[in-house]
Amino acid sequence: MTAIMGFQRADGRKGIRNIVAVAYLVECAHHVASRIVAPTPEQAHVIGFPGCFPNDYAQRMMERLCTHPNVGAVLLVSLGCESFNRYQLEQVVRDSGRPVETLIIQRDGGTRATIEKGQAFVARAIEQVEAVRRVPMDVSDLVIGTVCGGSDGTSGISGNPAVGRAFDRFVAEGATCIFEETGELIGCEDIMAARAATPALAAELRTSVDKAARYYATLGYGSFASGNADGGLTTIEEKSMGAYAKSGQSPISGLIKPGDIPPGGGLYLMDVVPDGEVRFGFPNISDNAEIVEMMASGVHMTLFVTGRGSVVGSALAPVIKIAANPHMYERLSEDMDVNAGRIISGSATLDEIGAEIHDLVLRVAGGEPTKSEELGHTEFILTYKSFEPIGPSCLPV
Amino acid sequence: MTDETDNRLLLLAPQDNVYVLRDQIEAGETIMVEGRRIAVPRRIGLGHKLARAAIAPGDKVLKYGAPIGSATAPIGLGEHVHTHNVKSDYTPTYTLDEARREHGDAQ
Repeated sequence: MTAIMGFQRADGRKGIRNIVAVAYLVECAHHVASRIVAPTPEQAHVIGFPGCFPNDYAQRMMERLCTHPNVGAVLLVSLGCESFNRYQLEQVVRDSGRPVETLIIQRDGGTRATIEKGQAFVARAIEQVEAVRRVPMDVSDLVIGTVCGGSDGTSGISGNPAVGRAFDRFVAEGATCIFEETGELIGCEDIMAARAATPALAAELRTSVDKAARYYATLGYGSFASGNADGGLTTIEEKSMGAYAKSGQSPISGLIKPGDIPPGGGLYLMDVVPDGEVRFGFPNISDNAEIVEMMASGVHMTLFVTGRGSVVGSALAPVIKIAANPHMYERLSEDMDVNAGRIISGSATLDEIGAEIHDLVLRVAGGEPTKSEELGHTEFILTYKSFEPIGPSCLPV
Repeated sequence: MTDETDNRLLLLAPQDNVYVLRDQIEAGETIMVEGRRIAVPRRIGLGHKLARAAIAPGDKVLKYGAPIGSATAPIGLGEHVHTHNVKSDYTPTYTLDEARREHGDAQ
């Protein structure tokens, strides 16, 4: 394999992309941010938080995202009167060694003037980030996340277990792999706990799924959409068994929450269900909310398995889409990077598709664009949540 | 035993009481399930489930060797197993079936 050349960041991490992040700090600044990146959609991506009221989780997520290894420079776009702590966010980005500037629409002359200043910053920043040092990157430097969305009865027998095979190889090679959505692991708590590195971690894994079951019971619905049932999935626990297959067979090294950076190689579960009483609605209101949390914990890219056929990508970090359903692949092949439906039609084995995913991850890390990158997808969503810090048993190694 | 069961039916674990469809089965087809000839009255789509044995109300439905819910009605060998005869043991399953009936979307 040829060496991957990463972008060296001051905190020691290496990026596989070199994006200028343009972050709106309240929905009122979203339009201006979108226009700022319009002339340079490949080099500059919009992220942001829509709320006007403070939230520790959102602050932490934005700090992590603006210092993500795939990000080379940051422009903050504030309306001026929102509660988001832009001073702290700017300081965190500056301390990371990245070029950063804050524009305030109320101060800088409104929509047109702020867009002009923002585009000028982005043009300079694109030149500045080109000077970032390129360094060889090993497989063990990679952090890879996986989610599934638009699941159906094929997801759990083709795409998800194929990702599990790829994850097993990556973990063996020293990479860091993260799976998530504890609300879609309901019913899997015992078999999952049996894979924990320590008994205390096993207890934490069980507790995280119990919390998800309680949270969703209060909301009245599971993490289950109408289209899941159309695709043959009958219950949340059936969907869970399929989703769980993405984690492969490796031992589970730790339990993290969104924004926690895994301390080393291995397989980690991300607990995405808020702590405390139900406050801000559904834990993740759509698939991109999960991808955003994965990025906040440092994933360089996300493996997205879909049976019904999602087309999303993401700002900042590439999304590799794996089609689980061979019929859907025929309709949406332009959006799909891997056809795991071949496992169902009988023309490929799980190991072959797992190897295909593994090799594609390395090529994407080396710069090859994914289908969603080529199509210009840069979805992003961040909403209110609240978390307690993880306990001492969650990261035993 | 593959010679006694239609090869579109996939068994995921030996203790399972459902098969998963690796391709759709059209309305009116007669298929072999566990050595018995079964008439399929309505189309069953790829990824859906079909009973490998008779399942009584309250019995666990097993897929991947794990319980995925409980039967809410008697299910005969070879019948479609889905939201009309199985419920979650955790949270109820939400579908747009009622809205589709009201608005005449057959999907």
